[in-house]
Amino acid sequence: MARIIVVTSGKGGVGKTTTSAAIAMGLAKKGHKTAVIDFDVGLRNLDLIMGCERRVVYDFVNVINEEATLNQALIKDKRCNQLYILPASQTRDKDALTKEGVGKVLEELSKDFKYIVCDSPAGIERGANLAMYFADDAFVVTNPEVASVRDSDRMLGILSSKSRRAEQGDEPIKEYLLLTRYSPARVKLGEMLSVDDVQDILSLHLLGVIPESQSVLNASNSGIPVILDEQSDAGQAYSDIVARYLGEDRPHRFIEEEKKGLFGKLFRSK
Amino acid sequence: MSLLDYFKSTKPKSASVAKERLQILIAHERSARNQPSYLPELQKELLAVVKKYVDVDQDAISVHLEQDVDQETLELNIVLPEESVKKP
Ligand SMILES: Nc1ncnc2c1ncn2[C@@H]1O[C@H](COP(=O)(O)OP(=O)(O)O)[C@@H](O)[C@H]1O
Ligand SMILES: [Mg+2]
Repeated sequence: MARIIVVTSGKGGVGKTTTSAAIAMGLAKKGHKTAVIDFDVGLRNLDLIMGCERRVVYDFVNVINEEATLNQALIKDKRCNQLYILPASQTRDKDALTKEGVGKVLEELSKDFKYIVCDSPAGIERGANLAMYFADDAFVVTNPEVASVRDSDRMLGILSSKSRRAEQGDEPIKEYLLLTRYSPARVKLGEMLSVDDVQDILSLHLLGVIPESQSVLNASNSGIPVILDEQSDAGQAYSDIVARYLGEDRPHRFIEEEKKGLFGKLFRSK
Repeated sequence: MSLLDYFKSTKPKSASVAKERLQILIAHERSARNQPSYLPELQKELLAVVKKYVDVDQDAISVHLEQDVDQETLELNIVLPEESVKKP
Protein backbone atom coordinates (compact mmCIF):
# COMPACT_ATOMS: atom_id res chain seq x y z
CA MET A 1 0.00 0.00 0.00
CA ALA A 2 1.24 3.43 -0.92
CA ARG A 3 1.24 6.43 1.34
CA ILE A 4 -0.49 9.36 -0.37
CA ILE A 5 0.96 12.80 0.31
CA VAL A 6 -0.82 15.97 -0.78
CA VAL A 7 1.20 19.13 -1.18
CA THR A 8 -1.32 21.88 -0.58
CA SER A 9 -1.65 25.52 0.46
CA GLY A 10 -4.82 27.22 -0.71
CA LYS A 11 -2.83 30.16 -2.01
CA GLY A 12 -1.00 30.09 -5.35
CA GLY A 13 2.67 30.75 -5.95
CA VAL A 14 3.86 29.68 -2.52
CA GLY A 15 6.04 26.78 -3.67
CA LYS A 16 3.80 23.70 -3.95
CA THR A 17 5.14 22.53 -7.30
CA THR A 18 8.73 23.26 -6.29
CA THR A 19 8.12 21.24 -3.13
CA SER A 20 6.34 18.36 -4.87
CA ALA A 21 9.21 17.96 -7.34
CA ALA A 22 11.82 18.14 -4.60
CA ILE A 23 10.26 15.72 -2.14
CA ALA A 24 9.23 13.22 -4.81
CA MET A 25 12.82 13.15 -6.04
CA GLY A 26 14.08 12.98 -2.46
CA LEU A 27 11.89 10.01 -1.56
CA ALA A 28 12.82 8.21 -4.78
CA LYS A 29 16.52 8.81 -4.20
CA LYS A 30 16.13 7.19 -0.80
CA GLY A 31 15.06 4.07 -2.67
CA HIS A 32 11.29 4.37 -2.38
CA LYS A 33 9.31 3.93 -5.56
CA THR A 34 7.50 7.23 -5.92
CA ALA A 35 4.95 8.75 -8.30
CA VAL A 36 4.28 12.46 -8.46
CA ILE A 37 0.98 13.62 -9.95
CA ASP A 38 0.17 17.08 -11.30
CA PHE A 39 -3.42 17.94 -10.31
CA ASP A 40 -3.25 21.39 -11.88
CA VAL A 41 -5.31 20.46 -14.91
CA GLY A 42 -5.19 23.21 -17.52
CA LEU A 43 -2.09 24.77 -15.99
CA ARG A 44 0.40 21.96 -16.05
CA ASN A 45 3.83 22.93 -14.74
CA LEU A 46 5.25 20.01 -12.82
CA ASP A 47 6.60 18.57 -16.11
CA LEU A 48 8.67 21.73 -16.61
CA ILE A 49 10.02 21.76 -13.07
CA MET A 50 10.89 18.07 -13.40
CA GLY A 51 12.47 18.65 -16.82
CA CYS A 52 10.35 16.10 -18.68
CA GLU A 53 8.07 18.47 -20.62
CA ARG A 54 9.13 17.13 -23.99
CA ARG A 55 8.36 13.55 -23.05
CA VAL A 56 4.67 14.07 -22.25
CA VAL A 57 2.46 11.95 -24.48
CA TYR A 58 -0.56 11.03 -22.36
CA ASP A 59 -1.77 12.69 -19.21
CA PHE A 60 -3.79 12.19 -16.03
CA VAL A 61 -7.13 12.94 -17.74
CA ASN A 62 -6.37 10.47 -20.54
CA VAL A 63 -5.91 7.79 -17.90
CA ILE A 64 -9.11 8.74 -16.09
CA ASN A 65 -11.02 8.64 -19.38
CA GLU A 66 -9.36 5.32 -20.25
CA GLU A 67 -7.84 6.80 -23.40
CA ALA A 68 -4.45 5.58 -22.19
CA THR A 69 -3.20 3.12 -19.60
CA LEU A 70 -1.38 4.28 -16.52
CA ASN A 71 1.82 2.71 -17.79
CA GLN A 72 1.55 4.65 -21.04
CA ALA A 73 1.05 7.94 -19.23
CA LEU A 74 3.66 7.61 -16.47
CA ILE A 75 6.99 9.22 -17.38
CA LYS A 76 10.02 7.52 -15.89
CA ASP A 77 12.57 9.98 -14.57
CA LYS A 78 15.94 9.83 -16.32
CA ARG A 79 17.93 10.65 -13.19
CA CYS A 80 16.29 8.29 -10.75
CA ASN A 81 14.72 5.00 -11.75
CA GLN A 82 12.43 4.94 -8.72
CA LEU A 83 10.61 8.12 -9.78
CA TYR A 84 7.63 8.48 -12.14
CA ILE A 85 5.72 11.58 -13.18
CA LEU A 86 2.04 11.72 -14.15
CA PRO A 87 1.49 15.03 -15.94
CA ALA A 88 -1.71 17.07 -15.90
CA SER A 89 -3.75 17.65 -19.01
CA GLN A 90 -3.08 21.00 -20.60
CA THR A 91 -6.14 21.20 -22.82
CA ARG A 92 -8.87 20.24 -20.37
CA ASP A 93 -10.15 21.99 -17.28
CA LYS A 94 -10.39 20.85 -13.69
CA ASP A 95 -13.89 19.46 -14.15
CA ALA A 96 -12.32 16.67 -16.20
CA LEU A 97 -11.24 15.21 -12.84
CA THR A 98 -13.81 13.05 -11.07
CA LYS A 99 -13.66 11.53 -7.63
CA GLU A 100 -14.17 8.02 -9.02
CA GLY A 101 -11.56 8.55 -11.73
CA VAL A 102 -8.93 9.94 -9.38
CA GLY A 103 -9.72 7.24 -6.84
CA LYS A 104 -9.21 4.50 -9.42
CA VAL A 105 -5.87 5.90 -10.60
CA LEU A 106 -4.60 6.26 -7.03
CA GLU A 107 -5.73 2.75 -6.17
CA GLU A 108 -3.91 1.31 -9.16
CA LEU A 109 -0.76 3.27 -8.34
CA SER A 110 -0.98 2.16 -4.72
CA LYS A 111 -0.37 -1.45 -5.70
CA ASP A 112 3.02 -0.69 -7.13
CA PHE A 113 4.31 2.48 -5.48
CA LYS A 114 5.50 3.31 -1.97
CA TYR A 115 4.71 7.04 -2.09
CA ILE A 116 2.30 9.05 -4.22
CA VAL A 117 2.86 12.80 -4.14
CA CYS A 118 -0.11 14.93 -5.25
CA ASP A 119 0.81 18.43 -6.39
CA SER A 120 -2.33 20.44 -5.68
CA PRO A 121 -3.45 23.44 -7.68
CA ALA A 122 -4.22 26.68 -5.84
CA GLY A 123 -7.73 27.45 -4.66
CA ILE A 124 -10.34 25.31 -2.97
CA GLU A 125 -12.16 24.02 -6.02
CA ARG A 126 -12.33 20.63 -7.66
CA GLY A 127 -8.66 20.13 -8.52
CA ALA A 128 -7.51 21.09 -5.04
CA ASN A 129 -10.27 19.12 -3.34
CA LEU A 130 -9.49 15.97 -5.26
CA ALA A 131 -5.75 16.35 -4.69
CA MET A 132 -6.32 16.24 -0.92
CA TYR A 133 -9.36 13.97 -0.77
CA PHE A 134 -7.52 10.62 -0.73
CA ALA A 135 -4.45 11.82 1.21
CA ASP A 136 -2.84 10.15 4.20
CA ASP A 137 -0.42 13.01 4.85
CA ALA A 138 -0.66 16.70 4.01
CA PHE A 139 2.34 18.93 3.47
CA VAL A 140 0.94 22.40 4.05
CA VAL A 141 3.21 24.79 2.17
CA THR A 142 3.09 28.23 3.73
CA ASN A 143 4.96 31.49 3.16
CA PRO A 144 5.59 33.76 6.16
CA GLU A 145 2.99 36.22 4.97
CA VAL A 146 -0.57 37.01 6.13
CA ALA A 147 -2.58 35.82 3.12
CA SER A 148 -0.67 32.55 2.86
CA VAL A 149 -1.04 31.75 6.58
CA ARG A 150 -4.75 32.46 6.47
CA ASP A 151 -5.26 30.31 3.38
CA SER A 152 -3.28 27.48 4.98
CA ASP A 153 -5.58 27.55 7.97
CA ARG A 154 -8.56 27.43 5.63
CA MET A 155 -7.01 24.40 3.96
CA LEU A 156 -6.56 22.72 7.36
CA GLY A 157 -10.29 23.09 7.92
CA ILE A 158 -10.99 21.41 4.59
CA LEU A 159 -8.50 18.59 5.27
CA SER A 160 -10.21 17.78 8.54
CA SER A 161 -13.76 17.89 7.24
CA LYS A 162 -13.89 17.07 3.52
CA SER A 163 -11.27 14.36 3.06
CA ARG A 164 -11.98 10.66 2.66
CA ARG A 165 -10.47 9.99 6.07
CA ALA A 166 -12.79 12.58 7.62
CA GLU A 167 -15.85 11.25 5.81
CA GLN A 168 -15.15 7.66 6.76
CA GLY A 169 -14.26 8.52 10.35
CA ASP A 170 -10.74 7.11 9.97
CA GLU A 171 -7.67 8.46 11.70
CA PRO A 172 -7.29 12.05 10.44
CA ILE A 173 -4.80 13.12 7.78
CA LYS A 174 -1.37 13.85 9.30
CA GLU A 175 -0.63 17.52 8.72
CA TYR A 176 2.84 18.97 8.43
CA LEU A 177 3.99 22.56 8.05
CA LEU A 178 6.56 23.45 5.40
CA LEU A 179 7.50 27.09 5.74
CA THR A 180 9.00 28.23 2.46
CA ARG A 181 10.57 31.37 1.00
CA TYR A 182 11.85 32.23 4.45
CA SER A 183 14.25 35.16 4.94
CA PRO A 184 15.97 35.03 8.34
CA ALA A 185 17.39 38.52 7.74
CA ARG A 186 13.95 40.02 7.26
CA VAL A 187 12.60 38.11 10.24
CA LYS A 188 15.38 39.61 12.34
CA LEU A 189 14.39 43.08 11.18
CA GLY A 190 10.82 42.40 12.27
CA GLU A 191 9.56 42.61 8.70
CA MET A 192 8.57 38.99 8.28
CA LEU A 193 6.63 36.53 10.44
CA SER A 194 9.03 34.13 12.17
CA VAL A 195 8.78 30.32 12.29
CA ASP A 196 7.58 30.63 15.87
CA ASP A 197 4.93 33.17 14.89
CA VAL A 198 3.54 30.91 12.18
CA GLN A 199 3.60 27.89 14.48
CA ASP A 200 1.84 29.85 17.23
CA ILE A 201 -0.91 30.67 14.76
CA LEU A 202 -1.30 27.35 12.93
CA SER A 203 -0.05 24.94 15.64
CA LEU A 204 1.22 22.40 13.13
CA HIS A 205 4.13 20.01 13.29
CA LEU A 206 7.04 21.75 11.54
CA LEU A 207 8.65 19.50 8.95
CA GLY A 208 11.09 22.13 7.80
CA VAL A 209 11.93 25.65 6.72
CA ILE A 210 13.04 26.35 3.14
CA PRO A 211 14.88 29.63 2.74
CA GLU A 212 14.18 32.10 -0.04
CA SER A 213 16.89 31.08 -2.45
CA GLN A 214 18.23 31.91 -5.88
CA SER A 215 18.90 28.21 -6.34
CA VAL A 216 15.16 27.53 -6.75
CA LEU A 217 14.95 29.71 -9.84
CA ASN A 218 18.18 28.23 -11.21
CA ALA A 219 16.77 24.76 -10.72
CA SER A 220 13.46 25.53 -12.40
CA ASN A 221 15.24 27.27 -15.28
CA SER A 222 17.03 24.04 -16.06
CA GLY A 223 14.29 21.56 -15.14
CA ILE A 224 16.16 19.99 -12.25
CA PRO A 225 14.38 19.52 -8.90
CA VAL A 226 16.27 21.77 -6.48
CA ILE A 227 16.92 18.87 -4.10
CA LEU A 228 19.49 17.61 -6.63
CA ASP A 229 21.49 20.82 -6.12
CA GLU A 230 23.21 19.46 -3.04
CA GLN A 231 25.32 22.57 -2.53
CA SER A 232 22.32 24.86 -2.29
CA ASP A 233 20.58 25.89 0.91
CA ALA A 234 17.13 25.12 -0.51
CA GLY A 235 18.30 21.72 -1.78
CA GLN A 236 19.68 20.84 1.65
CA ALA A 237 16.53 22.09 3.34
CA TYR A 238 14.42 19.76 1.18
CA SER A 239 16.78 16.83 1.88
CA ASP A 240 16.30 17.45 5.60
CA ILE A 241 12.56 17.49 5.13
CA VAL A 242 12.54 14.15 3.33
CA ALA A 243 14.78 12.64 6.00
CA ARG A 244 12.58 13.97 8.81
CA TYR A 245 9.46 12.71 7.10
CA LEU A 246 11.05 9.27 6.93
CA GLY A 247 11.73 9.41 10.65
CA GLU A 248 15.32 10.62 10.82
CA ASP A 249 16.17 13.14 13.49
CA ARG A 250 17.66 16.24 11.89
CA PRO A 251 18.04 19.59 13.64
CA HIS A 252 16.33 22.47 11.91
CA ARG A 253 18.53 24.71 9.76
CA PHE A 254 18.11 27.92 7.76
CA ILE A 255 16.11 29.55 10.53
CA GLU A 256 18.92 31.87 11.62
CA GLU A 257 20.85 34.18 9.37
CA GLU A 258 23.98 32.49 8.08
CA LYS A 259 27.26 33.93 9.30
CA LYS A 260 29.48 34.43 6.32
CA GLY A 261 32.71 35.43 8.11
CA LEU A 262 35.95 33.45 8.01
CA PHE A 263 35.18 31.97 11.40
CA GLY A 264 31.79 30.89 10.26
CA LYS A 265 33.36 29.09 7.33
CA LEU A 266 36.13 27.47 9.38
CA PHE A 267 33.83 26.13 12.03
CA ARG A 268 30.85 25.27 9.97
CA SER A 269 30.03 21.66 10.48
CA LYS A 270 29.47 19.47 7.49
CA MET B 1 16.83 59.44 24.26
CA SER B 2 19.25 58.63 21.49
CA LEU B 3 18.37 58.62 17.85
CA LEU B 4 18.65 54.84 17.83
CA ASP B 5 16.15 54.52 20.66
CA TYR B 6 13.83 56.79 18.77
CA PHE B 7 13.76 54.48 15.80
CA LYS B 8 13.47 51.42 18.01
CA SER B 9 10.50 52.69 19.93
CA THR B 10 8.36 54.30 17.25
CA LYS B 11 5.86 51.85 15.91
CA PRO B 12 5.55 48.09 16.36
CA LYS B 13 7.31 46.06 13.70
CA SER B 14 5.09 45.01 10.86
CA ALA B 15 5.61 41.31 11.61
CA SER B 16 4.11 41.64 15.08
CA VAL B 17 1.18 43.58 13.68
CA ALA B 18 0.70 40.75 11.16
CA LYS B 19 0.81 38.12 13.88
CA GLU B 20 -1.76 39.88 16.02
CA ARG B 21 -4.15 40.40 13.12
CA LEU B 22 -3.82 36.77 12.06
CA GLN B 23 -4.41 35.42 15.54
CA ILE B 24 -7.67 37.33 15.86
CA LEU B 25 -8.85 36.51 12.34
CA ILE B 26 -8.02 32.83 12.48
CA ALA B 27 -9.60 32.32 15.88
CA HIS B 28 -12.75 33.86 14.47
CA GLU B 29 -12.69 31.81 11.26
CA ARG B 30 -12.04 28.58 13.15
CA SER B 31 -15.01 29.02 15.44
CA ALA B 32 -17.24 29.81 12.46
CA ARG B 33 -15.92 26.70 10.71
CA ASN B 34 -16.72 24.37 13.58
CA GLN B 35 -20.30 25.46 13.81
CA PRO B 36 -22.92 22.98 12.70
CA SER B 37 -24.38 23.73 9.30
CA TYR B 38 -27.91 24.27 10.66
CA LEU B 39 -26.92 27.43 12.55
CA PRO B 40 -27.60 29.95 9.75
CA GLU B 41 -31.03 28.39 9.13
CA LEU B 42 -31.77 28.36 12.86
CA GLN B 43 -30.77 32.00 13.05
CA LYS B 44 -33.08 32.90 10.16
CA GLU B 45 -36.07 31.13 11.68
CA LEU B 46 -35.46 32.58 15.13
CA LEU B 47 -35.34 36.02 13.59
CA ALA B 48 -38.69 35.42 11.90
CA VAL B 49 -40.24 34.39 15.21
CA VAL B 50 -38.86 37.37 17.12
CA LYS B 51 -39.96 39.71 14.34
CA LYS B 52 -43.55 38.65 14.95
CA TYR B 53 -43.40 40.33 18.34
CA VAL B 54 -40.64 42.92 18.20
CA ASP B 55 -39.48 45.02 15.31
CA VAL B 56 -35.82 44.03 15.34
CA ASP B 57 -33.16 44.54 12.69
CA GLN B 58 -31.95 41.88 10.32
CA ASP B 59 -28.67 41.57 12.24
CA ALA B 60 -30.18 41.78 15.73
CA ILE B 61 -29.74 38.09 16.37
CA SER B 62 -26.50 36.23 16.75
CA VAL B 63 -26.29 32.52 17.39
CA HIS B 64 -23.08 31.01 18.61
CA LEU B 65 -22.12 27.51 19.60
CA GLU B 66 -19.49 27.07 22.31
CA GLN B 67 -17.88 23.67 22.38
CA ASP B 68 -16.28 22.48 25.60
CA VAL B 69 -14.88 19.09 26.37
CA ASP B 70 -17.98 17.90 28.13
CA GLN B 71 -20.75 20.21 26.95
CA GLU B 72 -21.99 22.38 24.15
CA THR B 73 -23.74 25.67 24.78
CA LEU B 74 -25.89 27.42 22.27
CA GLU B 75 -25.59 31.12 22.90
CA LEU B 76 -28.39 33.28 21.57
CA ASN B 77 -28.12 37.03 21.54
CA ILE B 78 -31.03 39.26 20.64
CA VAL B 79 -30.51 43.00 20.64
CA LEU B 80 -33.83 44.76 21.15
CA PRO B 81 -34.37 48.23 19.71
CA GLU B 82 -34.31 51.24 22.09
CA GLU B 83 -38.07 51.29 22.39
CA SER B 84 -39.37 47.84 21.76
CA VAL B 85 -42.17 48.39 19.37
CA LYS B 86 -44.69 45.65 19.85
CA LYS B 87 -46.48 44.84 16.69
CA PRO B 88 -50.23 45.16 16.75
N1 LIG C 1 12.40 28.76 -1.61
C1 LIG C 1 12.21 29.56 -2.69
N2 LIG C 1 13.07 30.57 -2.96
C2 LIG C 1 12.88 31.36 -4.04
N3 LIG C 1 11.88 31.23 -4.91
C3 LIG C 1 10.99 30.23 -4.70
C4 LIG C 1 11.10 29.35 -3.59
N4 LIG C 1 10.07 28.46 -3.65
C5 LIG C 1 9.36 28.78 -4.75
N5 LIG C 1 9.90 29.83 -5.40
C6 LIG C 1 9.42 30.47 -6.62
O1 LIG C 1 8.08 30.85 -6.43
C7 LIG C 1 7.32 30.68 -7.62
C8 LIG C 1 6.11 29.81 -7.36
O2 LIG C 1 6.55 28.50 -7.02
P1 LIG C 1 5.68 27.22 -7.35
O3 LIG C 1 6.40 26.04 -6.77
O4 LIG C 1 5.32 27.17 -8.78
O5 LIG C 1 4.40 27.55 -6.48
P2 LIG C 1 2.91 26.93 -6.53
O6 LIG C 1 3.01 25.56 -7.13
O7 LIG C 1 2.49 26.91 -5.09
O8 LIG C 1 2.06 27.86 -7.33
C9 LIG C 1 8.27 30.11 -8.65
O9 LIG C 1 8.74 31.14 -9.47
C10 LIG C 1 9.39 29.53 -7.81
O10 LIG C 1 10.60 29.54 -8.50
MG1 LIG D 1 1.90 24.69 -8.78
